[in-house]
Amino acid sequence: MNDRAFALLAQEIAPSRRSFLIGAAAAGSSLVIGFSTFADVAQGTPTSNPFSGYLQISPDETVTIYSSQMDMGQGIYHGIATLVQEELDADWTKVSVAGGFGNPALYGNLNMGGKFQFTGGSSGTASSWERYRRAGATARAMLVAAAAEQWNVPLNEISTSNGVVSHASGKSTTYGALATAAASRPVPGDVTLKESQSWNYVSSETLRRYDSALKSTGRQQYTIDLHEPGMLTAVMIHPPRFGANLQSFDGSKAKEMKGVVDVVETPRGVAVVASGMWEAMKAREAVTVQWDESKAEKRSSAELITEYRAAADKGGDAVAANAGDVDAAFAKAAKVLEARYEFPYLAHAPMEPINAAARMNPDGTLEVWGGHQMPDLYQAAAAKVAGIASDKVILRVMKTGGGFGRRASPDADIIVEAVATAKALGWKAPVKVQWTREDDMRGGRYRPAFVHKLKAALDDKGELMALRDSVVGQSIAKGTLFEAGLVREGVDRLSVEGIRNLPYAVPNVRIDLTTTESAVPVLWWRAVGSTHTAYALESFIDEIAYATGKDPVEFRLAMLKDKPRHAAVLQLAAEKAGWSSPAPTDRYRGIALAESFRSYVAQVAEISIESSGRPKVHRVVCAIDCGVAVNPDQIRAQMEGGIGFGLGAILKSQLTLDEGRIVEGNFDGYDVLRMDEMPKVEVHIVKSSAPPTGVGEPGVPPIGPAVANAFFKATGKRVRILPFSRSENS
Amino acid sequence: MHITLNGQSKEIDADPDKPLLWILRDDLQLVGTKYGCGQALCGACTIHIDGEPARACQTRLADVAGRNVVTIEGASGKVAEIVQSVWTKLDVPQCGYCQSGQVMAAIGLLSTNRKPTDEAIDDAMSGNICRCNTYQRIRAAIHEAAKVLGA
Repeated sequence: MNDRAFALLAQEIAPSRRSFLIGAAAAGSSLVIGFSTFADVAQGTPTSNPFSGYLQISPDETVTIYSSQMDMGQGIYHGIATLVQEELDADWTKVSVAGGFGNPALYGNLNMGGKFQFTGGSSGTASSWERYRRAGATARAMLVAAAAEQWNVPLNEISTSNGVVSHASGKSTTYGALATAAASRPVPGDVTLKESQSWNYVSSETLRRYDSALKSTGRQQYTIDLHEPGMLTAVMIHPPRFGANLQSFDGSKAKEMKGVVDVVETPRGVAVVASGMWEAMKAREAVTVQWDESKAEKRSSAELITEYRAAADKGGDAVAANAGDVDAAFAKAAKVLEARYEFPYLAHAPMEPINAAARMNPDGTLEVWGGHQMPDLYQAAAAKVAGIASDKVILRVMKTGGGFGRRASPDADIIVEAVATAKALGWKAPVKVQWTREDDMRGGRYRPAFVHKLKAALDDKGELMALRDSVVGQSIAKGTLFEAGLVREGVDRLSVEGIRNLPYAVPNVRIDLTTTESAVPVLWWRAVGSTHTAYALESFIDEIAYATGKDPVEFRLAMLKDKPRHAAVLQLAAEKAGWSSPAPTDRYRGIALAESFRSYVAQVAEISIESSGRPKVHRVVCAIDCGVAVNPDQIRAQMEGGIGFGLGAILKSQLTLDEGRIVEGNFDGYDVLRMDEMPKVEVHIVKSSAPPTGVGEPGVPPIGPAVANAFFKATGKRVRILPFSRSENS
Repeated sequence: MHITLNGQSKEIDADPDKPLLWILRDDLQLVGTKYGCGQALCGACTIHIDGEPARACQTRLADVAGRNVVTIEGASGKVAEIVQSVWTKLDVPQCGYCQSGQVMAAIGLLSTNRKPTDEAIDDAMSGNICRCNTYQRIRAAIHEAAKVLGA
């Protein structure tokens, strides 16, 4: 990785209060909004690159918005378009969104220091909230100013609507017609954003996703669909065990096969290049490879879990949270509760298996297509492999068939493979590297396996006096560019988020961490640490409530007196689910609460028990407080999706290591939620004027413990080893 | 090999064992039909063969000789139009990748069952995975499409 990318990342990842400046200039005959500094505009610099802006209005009336955020299905393109539209007042049918890149000053994630471009941490809307409304308002102000000058009328007599500028006299013209003139207007130093009572699109139900028709008719293009002229397809041969290295390979038999172009070495394995996917897959079987497995992970899941259990029993040396005197509280406890929770490795398994494509152009620029979730990093990684300067790398930001964290790999794995394969072919042809489902399932970057050992000290009145959690698992950030920002005093915050900051007022708390080592690569997986911390904490809190004869809602509320937003979603979910009245016959309810990515979500699951003994989830009532609800229907969509995603994982999904090899290869072994298992989800959004926060991930954490708590209510059994489908739970 | 593809007669010169999925996607560049698993486990490649939903990844070219194949690009008629317009109206897709297959499966269901129950929807659609978990909206869209069809 180059020094610049490192410098961008080696910093505290925290919200930035840096203000930003908006500039504008003409690009051809279009108005482009969004240069990072006025100096850029004064020097007349980056005008030719249409990606160097927030939005562009062209004489043909089209409005193209350049998104700092990648869209993997979460709808952030729609969200950003909504923010621009609120202030710009364009013709919505002419609005489209494309991915921007190559300008961290412009696109830096304001929730993460502002200096590098990153989609993740459910921060897209928060980072864009002011930025893109301001971009829209700036463009509108310049269009109005251009009209005022042309018509020689005062600014305040001009109105705009749906891309049309009008004057009381009856004069009117369009944004497209004014674009060129507007581009030469001075950029307003500060624009006033609308007050909430004047919003037409933000928090409205009327604006539908602009990409729904494309996606309902098979016309949306993804990386897998690329068929640039002469483009070849490559499949990879990865090490059978993580940490193994390539020794030698023989591709001679494969090269004789029909459609096969070459078999080449890359830093991450062998690439089999052919005219198409089927030809490449068939040829792959004819390649023999020798691996050096001396440094490879060779343990099985059973050995790993035994080690994790021992570490959890012992407790970790790294302290993530320490309040009061936990040891003293346990010494005088009237009752002690203990529970251990175990979580498997999980695959993201996005529907579009991982891919990227690369082409070296005659002018020395390198195009790289893919799901570019960390553009600056991927630009640098591609440049390094290609041996060219970063600014020669043109990223084509594609929409992806899901992601769930998988497209934000700090080592730019698939980018490296695509560029290295194209380079190994002497740049003779554009190449698309396409993983199969099995490659994707066995290719690493998993939600790490974790074990939590929780202990609670209760006094003689049944009050919770102390809580301990010993957390054991691999670090996601360690060894990556994110380590400096995320690992503090031996604690990767991603390992303990959700429990380090537990919302409940408990006088004595100690959270410790043992960070384990393995060659199994791990990564953020939708909702990251809270996928296990919330399950462990919220199951255990429920267990304590029942142990002390208290109602789970009342028990939590008593410890949330200083946490009004937590308490409000908990009460709202309980109320809407009818918590205080009996559940229908043979139905059982469980509740859970989790704050993640600065949003607050509570869920009530209503289940029955099937003849197999497994839970059937019928209904989930979800309450969320995510500040201003920019797109209420998309918030509902993310809650529905997050609930299904989390539910499938806790019920059925796990990856198993057999002497270092991943056993599961496809959706038969690695099962996920299907239509007949999807509960009816009702979403209730708390009305709020607080700045918007995340929705992509926060729907995931509460569903697991809500179902587990309902399962306890129904059966008296606590599910502590996930997923539910494991034999230990039957 | 001769097939009827999206209403047009087509002569295809390829290995008869080649999966129809890769003939559609790579040879004919009809990329609306998606690859998801290659083993008929996810439904992303759902097409219609002689009007019946089928998985293109597990269908060899030889299997469709002389038969009538319809992909998402060729989906037409009243049921298809209604399904796709309802899908859009309810903002069903998130990432959208599985939706070609979902839409083709739903057209298949509604073509034979104009008023499917929840159980019939479960039966017809549980082979189609959506990792964004848009299942609730898919169900709602099928009910809504049935309503429009019956109107």
